[in-house]
Amino acid sequence: MARLAAKDKSARLLDIRGLRIEATSYPPGEPPRDIVIVDGVSLALERGKVLGLIGESGAGKSTVGLSSMSYGRGGVRITGGEVVLNGRDITKGGARLLRQVRGREVCYVAQSAAAAFNPARKLMDQVTEAARQHRICSRAEAEKRAVGLFRKLGLPNPDTFGDRFPHQVSGGQLQRAMTAMALCSEPDLIVFDEPTTALDVTTQIDVLASIKDAIRDTNVAALYITHDLAVVAQVADDIMVLRHGKTVEYGETRQIIKEPREDYTRQLVSVHHIPHRQKPASGAPILAARGITAAYGGGQVKVLKNVSLDIHLGQTVAVVGESGSGKSTLARVITGLLPPMEGSIEFDGRQLSPRLASRKRDDLRELQMIYQMADTAMNPRQTVGTIIGRPLEFYFNMRGSERDRRVAELLDKIEMGKGFADRYPAELSGGQKQRVCIARALAAKPKLIICDEVTSALDPLVADGILKLLLALQQEENVAYLFITHDLATVKSISDSIAVMYRGEVVRYGPRDEVLKPPFDAYTELLLSSVPEMELGWLENAMKTRKMASAGN
Amino acid sequence: MSLPVLKLVAQRIAMGILLLLAVSVLIFVGTQILPGDVAQSILGQSATPQALENLRRDMGLNDPAYIRYFRWLGGVLTGDLGTALSSGQDIASSLKGRLWNTLFLAFWAAIVSIPLAIGLGLLAVRYRNGFVDRLISGLGLASTSLPEFFTGYLLIYFVAVRLQWFPSVSTVFDGMTLGERLSAIALPVTVLTLVVLAHMMRMTRAAILNVMQSAYVETAELKGLTPLQIITRHAFPNAVAPIVNVVMLNLAFLVVGVVVVEVIFVYPGMGQYLVDHVAKRDVPVVQACGLVFAAVYVTLNIVADIVAIVSNPRLRHPK
Amino acid sequence: MSSIRNIPVSAWIGLVLTALFVFAAVFAPWVAPYPVGETVGDVWEPMSAKYLLGTDNLGRDLLSRLIYGARITIFIAALATALSFILGSVLGFAAAVIGGWFDQLMSRFVDLIMAIPTLIFALVVLSVLPTNVVTLILVMGLLDATRVYRLARAVAVDINVMDFVEAAKLRGEGKMWVIFREILPNALTPLVAELGLRFIFAVLFLSALSFLGLGVQPPDADWGGMVKENKEGIVFGIPAALIPAAAIAVLAISVNLVADWILNRTTSLKGGRG
Repeated sequence: MARLAAKDKSARLLDIRGLRIEATSYPPGEPPRDIVIVDGVSLALERGKVLGLIGESGAGKSTVGLSSMSYGRGGVRITGGEVVLNGRDITKGGARLLRQVRGREVCYVAQSAAAAFNPARKLMDQVTEAARQHRICSRAEAEKRAVGLFRKLGLPNPDTFGDRFPHQVSGGQLQRAMTAMALCSEPDLIVFDEPTTALDVTTQIDVLASIKDAIRDTNVAALYITHDLAVVAQVADDIMVLRHGKTVEYGETRQIIKEPREDYTRQLVSVHHIPHRQKPASGAPILAARGITAAYGGGQVKVLKNVSLDIHLGQTVAVVGESGSGKSTLARVITGLLPPMEGSIEFDGRQLSPRLASRKRDDLRELQMIYQMADTAMNPRQTVGTIIGRPLEFYFNMRGSERDRRVAELLDKIEMGKGFADRYPAELSGGQKQRVCIARALAAKPKLIICDEVTSALDPLVADGILKLLLALQQEENVAYLFITHDLATVKSISDSIAVMYRGEVVRYGPRDEVLKPPFDAYTELLLSSVPEMELGWLENAMKTRKMASAGN
Repeated sequence: MSLPVLKLVAQRIAMGILLLLAVSVLIFVGTQILPGDVAQSILGQSATPQALENLRRDMGLNDPAYIRYFRWLGGVLTGDLGTALSSGQDIASSLKGRLWNTLFLAFWAAIVSIPLAIGLGLLAVRYRNGFVDRLISGLGLASTSLPEFFTGYLLIYFVAVRLQWFPSVSTVFDGMTLGERLSAIALPVTVLTLVVLAHMMRMTRAAILNVMQSAYVETAELKGLTPLQIITRHAFPNAVAPIVNVVMLNLAFLVVGVVVVEVIFVYPGMGQYLVDHVAKRDVPVVQACGLVFAAVYVTLNIVADIVAIVSNPRLRHPK
Repeated sequence: MSSIRNIPVSAWIGLVLTALFVFAAVFAPWVAPYPVGETVGDVWEPMSAKYLLGTDNLGRDLLSRLIYGARITIFIAALATALSFILGSVLGFAAAVIGGWFDQLMSRFVDLIMAIPTLIFALVVLSVLPTNVVTLILVMGLLDATRVYRLARAVAVDINVMDFVEAAKLRGEGKMWVIFREILPNALTPLVAELGLRFIFAVLFLSALSFLGLGVQPPDADWGGMVKENKEGIVFGIPAALIPAAAIAVLAISVNLVADWILNRTTSLKGGRG
């Protein structure tokens, strides 16, 4: 670190003042206009410190993070303020200075490491490239350093890991390799842009822990960008809350999560605290799945093994599991899209036909579905009125003003006004779209709604609103939910009973309070210990108590 | 090269051979749609039924269609393409020189158009959405709309007739020097180049843009690499396969575009040979030419696929 | 529909020129100054007030022949495009929605046809078929249907796997509703743009065939045929052949401009009002 010795150690590493970032948008059929993405953001970072940037999508947090390398993605440009790095304003240095800064003083870790690695070159080549480019050390030395980092980050076979190509390793491993790539040239600052968001929950914690260790051991400073306050609370010294490109609140981590001053921050901190009392199951179940075994490719790949579930009217059964656990396949079997190899489904006392095509219209009506991506779940060429009105026509033969009145009622139920009936899906926000999908399901007067990851594509506050709405509607309509999710926090706040799925099997099943009470089986333990909690030092405790290695390792 | 790649390449070649067989069936069937037959066309409408019957027997036309097909296919595989009805000449020997002439023309058109298209494609990417890009895509739009004979006769009218730089008729014969030959085909090569240039350029532009907008190019930029290093180390290795693919598809296009261009410039190649004999309804020649054209086309498509397989790192370095 | 004000200049040029050609074709007998087959002057007379575009290789008025030629060219190309479009898109949609063996059979057959270059295959077939307008329309329409089939199938397959189509199937909707109410409205814009491109292809293809002497037969002449009639003049410095060739180019460019605009409009506006 000879080059650092020359500089004043006490000076601030990064000082961003009055940052303003603009982009040109090209709305169809209108002249292009400039829009402000970030406005008046100031922040300061000492050497070796970690600053968390938090906000919902569109808050400008990635844009602020990348400004520390004076980089604008997709035509975004810095139009005001200064970015002082190691004592000089890099926005005014020209391309040559930027090349010296990037990869040497500041490195970047992207959300999707799978896309950020060049598929045609070996990992070692790419991990050491920046160090070699800036002549920080020789190739042999850089490779030795990389192997050391692979070991520190807990990658398998660190000595030969670098000989692999990106597609030959898993997503969690690639994310660590990307962290190694950033650390390899021993920069002063690393920008982590949602580095664990694309990973499964159990893998996310391992990667998060190894990132935190690496930051501590190398004494590098970091900007940690995420939408998850609980995650950032584990790694950051300070936190800045951003909204619509402006700073909402900026302070120490402890202050932000314990004593938030702004309303918006308070909402973010209290997310997932929905009061919900578990209801006891009584009477015959509305849906009973018995010994379901299902497979794709004509029995080649079994994705469900002997799964049994009961759902009662007015209750919520949550099915939790990571990707590949078979939870979405279960939904496909229940809806009839994938006839099971073995097992049967009883619905409201009747045997359900395994195939969609041979089910009666009333069976279809009483069993509705809400999708993860509300965007693709609605025909973009139909208005909200048509989307909600079609089930009314189709199942109840409602026409004209009777139908319109019912559509207005349903819009009212989902807390949207009558005026939305004439809008197209493209004119709605993410939360509004999901609400319309809920209204479409309700229009059929169903007894059971399957909710497939309905909140995972939404920002936390919006997701909270949807969950509250679903619970309120359950009270009114006495409808049952089969709630499929990977997010245990959601499960805790809304379910009456829980089924934990792992590799196609239900490993733990029962009323919520029993499932969440120790002693746990190994997988449930791992899953529960992987949900970040908004507490300082939670990560360290969780890592200490874990027994089972995550699926990503 | 690893085993899975070899297996995929072998599969692709086997598929190609199967496809060629299917194509030969299709071409054969395509000439059997109508009840009239070769004997009728040789002897004309006024022939007596007896004469027709004799000729049919001699030529084996009374056999069922599939026997005639296999007889034809057997001949093709042993290099015997039959004799032309109109002239009685052996088709294989007349075809050989003409095929060579056609490939000579296509080869030079490729030599000119490929570097030009890739260069212009790169330029369009470099100045994306700027004046150069718009000019290039505008010219591209125009040139896909121009019939070959428009550019062809325009060139003849101005360059050959008015300026007298090149001959208006591309006569080639044995004993010409390479320079004389090149001068003779200068105009047809220009027309062919214009025919494929726009398309090749647009596809090259799209292929490069696709790579340049990928996340790993951003990663390279954020490592502080120079634009040149980004292109040579990260963009180029990933852009080669799609570009080669574009080139191969356009070569296939070029070989077909030759037909009209040869007629414009009265060039003694396969295309003109084919067109002449379609007008004369000389079925054996048409079948032979059709098969050769289709074979070249299919082969170039197979090569494009093989390049894509070989250059895919996921296949070259399996898990 | 976006308002007239928002149509770019290039699309305006395309629209106006296309309309002009169609007008001339429809009202040919009233627009043309001379009858189509009548020898009115000397061979290859230059442009003059009497013969605006000069005369052709037999002394017929070139402008009149050009106007009647527009009729034949546009008529045949339009019918061939209509045939290819109806056949290709119906079969393509059906293949996407029905799937299974039907899809396999259709798609492999189309692959096979497309393995032979269109012009070559057309020449092979035309060597045995009688040369008349019906044959031309059928051959061009059927061969081009393969391309429409591929596009329609690809678009429909993409839409068919979307959640909103699954939602309709889960509701219990029939195949007709799925095809006409869910898939078709979303597939329409790319298909309409493709319609323009297929029409251009049909015009160029017909012209090429006629130029080769295998399309429209004398005494009738489409634009390609007119090029063939007058091509001998070029070497004597008489540009008569260039005029019908230019007409083909201008028509093709005009339609291209319109199609390009429609295509751009689609990509810039995903769903919503359009």
